[in-house]
Amino acid sequence: MSARQRSHAWLFLASIAAAYVLQLLPLPAALAPLKPYWLALVLLYWALEEPERVGLGRAFLCGLVGDVIHGEILGEQALRLTIFTFIVLRFRARLRFFPMWQQALAVLALLANDRVVLLMTRAFAGDPMPPPGFWLAPLAGVAVWPWWFLLLDDLRARLRVHEA
Amino acid sequence: MALSRTTSAPLFAEGASGTLRLVVYLVLAAVLMASDRHGHHLLRLRAAAHLAVEPLYRLAALPADAARSLRLAVADRQALTRENAELKQALLLAQARLNRLGVLSEQNQRLQSLLEVQRSLGLAVQLARLVDVQLDTVRHRVVLNVGSAEGVSVGQSVLDASGVMGQVIEVLPHTSTVMLVTDARHAIPVTLERTGLRTIAHGTGALDRLELPNIPVSADVAPGDKLVSSGLGGTFPAGFPVGEVTAVRADQNGMFAAATVRPAAALDRSGEVLVLRELADPVGPPEAAPESGPPAAAAGPVERAP
Repeated sequence: MSARQRSHAWLFLASIAAAYVLQLLPLPAALAPLKPYWLALVLLYWALEEPERVGLGRAFLCGLVGDVIHGEILGEQALRLTIFTFIVLRFRARLRFFPMWQQALAVLALLANDRVVLLMTRAFAGDPMPPPGFWLAPLAGVAVWPWWFLLLDDLRARLRVHEA
Repeated sequence: MALSRTTSAPLFAEGASGTLRLVVYLVLAAVLMASDRHGHHLLRLRAAAHLAVEPLYRLAALPADAARSLRLAVADRQALTRENAELKQALLLAQARLNRLGVLSEQNQRLQSLLEVQRSLGLAVQLARLVDVQLDTVRHRVVLNVGSAEGVSVGQSVLDASGVMGQVIEVLPHTSTVMLVTDARHAIPVTLERTGLRTIAHGTGALDRLELPNIPVSADVAPGDKLVSSGLGGTFPAGFPVGEVTAVRADQNGMFAAATVRPAAALDRSGEVLVLRELADPVGPPEAAPESGPPAAAAGPVERAP
């Protein structure tokens, strides 16, 4: 049990690190607005499957690290991820048992809400309105979500089998 | 609602404490953002952290780099050929631009030498540019881009870096016409630098030739002699190079010698010229016609032949 916990902890850390790298991945200019918010998707997965790993504190910490890595204003991602995680944890029971398409819609709503939060923080900072492409990222996130979910689930299952 | 609370009591308790923690974290984040935006004391922390996450950037850049090198490796021959052609074109363009730069630098040098003339003369001159050239067998005129509005008046001499070019014969508000020294109707009083012989150089209608008619046969004139303006007649100031004698021959009737002179000024090349401000004589005659005969008073070493 302990070994499994540890291996899952490794998977958790690895997935978060992967999210950071994916977030940094340079994309062609045409695809850049379509980059999903990987960090939120990772936290979403773990909040749904193993909520004991994802608390508000960890979300906050992940966001801070993300802020440092991305060089944006410190605390912005921390704020976004805290709100995101809070909502996910609140509705976790329902989200888990939604069919996939409903879950995808919920994810869309969550990511769109995250964009609204981002827009608010930017507006407070006095930034101008972002271009329309700003709103494409949640759609990309929804498109990616099922595969991301299946991938992480598969990895987790493999680890379980390996121990068994 | 009440039902759900009772059925999921632990969840609810977690949610209540969660709300409090949410507020705490939100406030914390807001404070962080505000302090990062206003005081920049978190910059150093970020700089230090950036050093730590540098490898992460490298890692993230790897796929793009790999894709680029892959594309380069599998780029087909046709694409390479096309690129080669494009590069060649670009090189040609750059070469053309470079040539133009060369012209500019030459122009710069010319202007500088003109400025040098201006400084060494201590004369008030005005820089002008040729806007038109009218050359035929008798008329040698150029048009300058300065006119009466710029203070140019009829009779002013025009020089370039190497010598006398001509004189202003007509002034319009913003242009003026210059008769070159080689105009068939032009004459300029000159002095032979070596001997001091005074004579008159006439234009011939050929751009590379002036004529010295009516030189006493005994006068000491040899190819290579330099001619400078004598200052007589009032139009041209004294001491400017006019030309160099290239050939001396006997006159048609044998009474006088005649010499051919190559003008000193680059009449066919100059793009920028100097217009001399001051007139040697405000009412000076436009042409130095009266001095057609041999010099009466021999101030120089040359004596008049019998």
